Amino acid sequence: MTEKERDEISGTETTGHEWDGIKELNTPLPRWWLWTFYGTIVWALGYVIVYPAIPLINSATPGVLGYSSRAELDQQVAMAAEAQADTVARIEELDVASIIGDEELARFARAGGRSLFKNYCSQCHGSGATGAPGYPNLNDDEWIWGGTPEAIYATIAHGVRYEDDPETRFNLMPAVSEYLSPEEVREVSHYAASLSGMAEGEATAAGQQLFAENCAACHGEMGEGIAEMGAPALNNAIGLYAEDYEGILAQVQAPRHGVMPAWLGRMSEASVKQLAVYVHSLGGGQ
Amino acid sequence: MGHLGRTAILGLGTFLALLAAAFAADSAFRLHAFVLVLALGVATIYMLRTAPTGDAPAAKDESDYMDGPIRAGVILTTFWGVVGFLVGVVAAAQLAWPDFNIEPFLNFGRIRPLHTSAVVFAFGGTALITTSMYVVQRTSRARLFGGDLAWFVFWGYQLFILLAATGYLLGITASREYAEPEWYVDLWLTIVWVAYLIMFLGTLIKRKEPHIYVANWFYLAFIVTIAMLHVVNNLAVPVSFLGTKSYSLFSGVQDALTQWWYGHNAVGFFLTAGFLGMMYYFMPKQAERPVYSYRLSIIHFWSLIFLYIWAGPHHLHYTALPDWAQTLGMVFSVMLWMPSWGGMINGLMTLQGAWDKIRTDPIIRMMVVAVAFYGMSTFEGPVMSIKAVNGLSHYTDWTIGHVHSGALGWVGMISFGAVYFLVPRLWNRERIYSLRMINWHFWFATLGIVVYAAVMWVAGITQGLMWREYDDQGFLVYSFAETVQALHPYYVLRVFGGLLYLIGGLIMAWNVYQTIRGNVRNERPLVTHTVAQPAE
Repeated sequence: MTEKERDEISGTETTGHEWDGIKELNTPLPRWWLWTFYGTIVWALGYVIVYPAIPLINSATPGVLGYSSRAELDQQVAMAAEAQADTVARIEELDVASIIGDEELARFARAGGRSLFKNYCSQCHGSGATGAPGYPNLNDDEWIWGGTPEAIYATIAHGVRYEDDPETRFNLMPAVSEYLSPEEVREVSHYAASLSGMAEGEATAAGQQLFAENCAACHGEMGEGIAEMGAPALNNAIGLYAEDYEGILAQVQAPRHGVMPAWLGRMSEASVKQLAVYVHSLGGGQ
Repeated sequence: MGHLGRTAILGLGTFLALLAAAFAADSAFRLHAFVLVLALGVATIYMLRTAPTGDAPAAKDESDYMDGPIRAGVILTTFWGVVGFLVGVVAAAQLAWPDFNIEPFLNFGRIRPLHTSAVVFAFGGTALITTSMYVVQRTSRARLFGGDLAWFVFWGYQLFILLAATGYLLGITASREYAEPEWYVDLWLTIVWVAYLIMFLGTLIKRKEPHIYVANWFYLAFIVTIAMLHVVNNLAVPVSFLGTKSYSLFSGVQDALTQWWYGHNAVGFFLTAGFLGMMYYFMPKQAERPVYSYRLSIIHFWSLIFLYIWAGPHHLHYTALPDWAQTLGMVFSVMLWMPSWGGMINGLMTLQGAWDKIRTDPIIRMMVVAVAFYGMSTFEGPVMSIKAVNGLSHYTDWTIGHVHSGALGWVGMISFGAVYFLVPRLWNRERIYSLRMINWHFWFATLGIVVYAAVMWVAGITQGLMWREYDDQGFLVYSFAETVQALHPYYVLRVFGGLLYLIGGLIMAWNVYQTIRGNVRNERPLVTHTVAQPAE
């Protein structure tokens, strides 16, 4: 070991070693550093005494507070449920229309419905319930299966074409192209499109005739739609799959059918009612 | 082993890789084997073309330092840095504008591990291997142990990077964060890493200094611990010896804990201990001042090494992990605060008596910012490990901001400082091509980090608060998609911050290139030495 030397600038002793020109000062540990380090150790010891910490053979020391993160979660969930319990019980008793009639209940149900909607419905219908091709917009007054509180409730509770629910809403648009000629399909599609002004040019009498024979039974004489059958109105520009003649033609040639899950069972009856109240309140409720 | 032997081994490797491609059990493995054929084949051809013509190989002077792999390492550190930053900018852009996802090879799911591995293992790893080779020779006054072993370590590690990177793009992944390469790439890295350990230890053993310098303690801790973490975390059973797929030995919460024991200590021993080794050599060298406190370096080294290894469970707060293990992760993380700061104090206080260099020397300025960001993120880390804070910060972009203030600020800046230190010395240049460009690099990089970290804090806290927002009736207010929508402006700003950092990297690459070519930029001096004049 070489002789101890002092660094000129700091006046501190060096350790006497040198590596590639690097020397080290023998400065003592900064006091604040050392005491803060001790402080964190003391805090850690305290925490270990208070909270679950030391693993044993089949369990761990529970700590003097007896804390458990699972118990804490259960407690918080129970408290939240307790806070809403009375209101939820009343919602369970009443039908959807009566809930809407009660101002306080309706406010609660709309808030709960909005939260549920964002978690379970927005994936298809959008965060603002504006829909997407194949997924109906819920803000307007156009309803495929009806827009009354009870109709909306039934659709949410049992879904559409959802095989696991015996009460699900069900219909199928027949593939008329199987028995109509391609020319007839084009004519009837053109007529259907003309009802909402989507089609260019005059509708033909043959098209009107074909519509009356093949479509009117479900979609109505004037294409006004029949909610009981789940047949959408054709006399407005709102389309589930089609926004123009080409779209309607495609749907007539090879009909597409969406599926909506049944939510009753996955969530409570009170929750489905809240959702119905919320959806009804979006603007087009009947 | 002579030139012929090495060429023969490479040729044999090419042939075996070709066989692996021929008998591959799945198409991904076949493609990967062809990548290997290409790499080894090119190396073989290169060796054949550079075969010594005479029969008198230059007698090696054993007293000299072995700087060949270090020169190659400096160039590749710069290269991988630019690549890693570029891929990071792409990943950030994909998050801001999903149209940048180009299926299937450039999906975010493949780009993300490419980015993390490119910066951590390609840029950071090459920087660590390169500087450790330089530092251990200088501070031990000994040539690297094992002769060509250093070249094997160097190119072996580059081959690992190549296989890992191409594997990600081909969709090959073990699905373990920061350990995505599959079993055969892991095995190769294990071989390379053991060779690295032997090379490093051997050099230390034959040192001509009585004591081992502190930088080497940190480098050694990095090498030993990474070996342990890598092997344990990647224990797996391959489905076929000629296929990509393997199954981990762990499952469930044990798997999660093993993964985060690895993941957190990759941060601790790769990105902290390794780069502290770098700091302990290059900072006093550049400042030309003695290290502040030898005692502090001992205490903070051992406390850091002992405490860090237990901190991993803080990544699994409020999960299926038992409460006692969460406590363990949290208290060890909090105790880690001061041991981490020991390195910051030793770095900053080494400038005692040389503070004016922050004004006159942009390399010192980079190192100071590096140490400052190190101090900041090693304070932020313990804070985030506290369960109450973690409940807000976890799964949000706050974590991403935290990682990047460490990665861009600490790891990046200290590596840039080391590269600027090394280039003129390794190529015997009078000085770096342009000191002013280092200054530009400094400002681009610093501004980039500040933008990035600040934006991610705001984004993360916004996200965390939106997730837990309840209305007066007790219902959650926001859907997940709404929180994503709220973050869009911050995601765009993050791309901007990353771009600034990338531009800094490109400036460095140009500066390094020109210095190696032997050019010196004709420029006004950065600092005029009249004291009264303000700098710029």
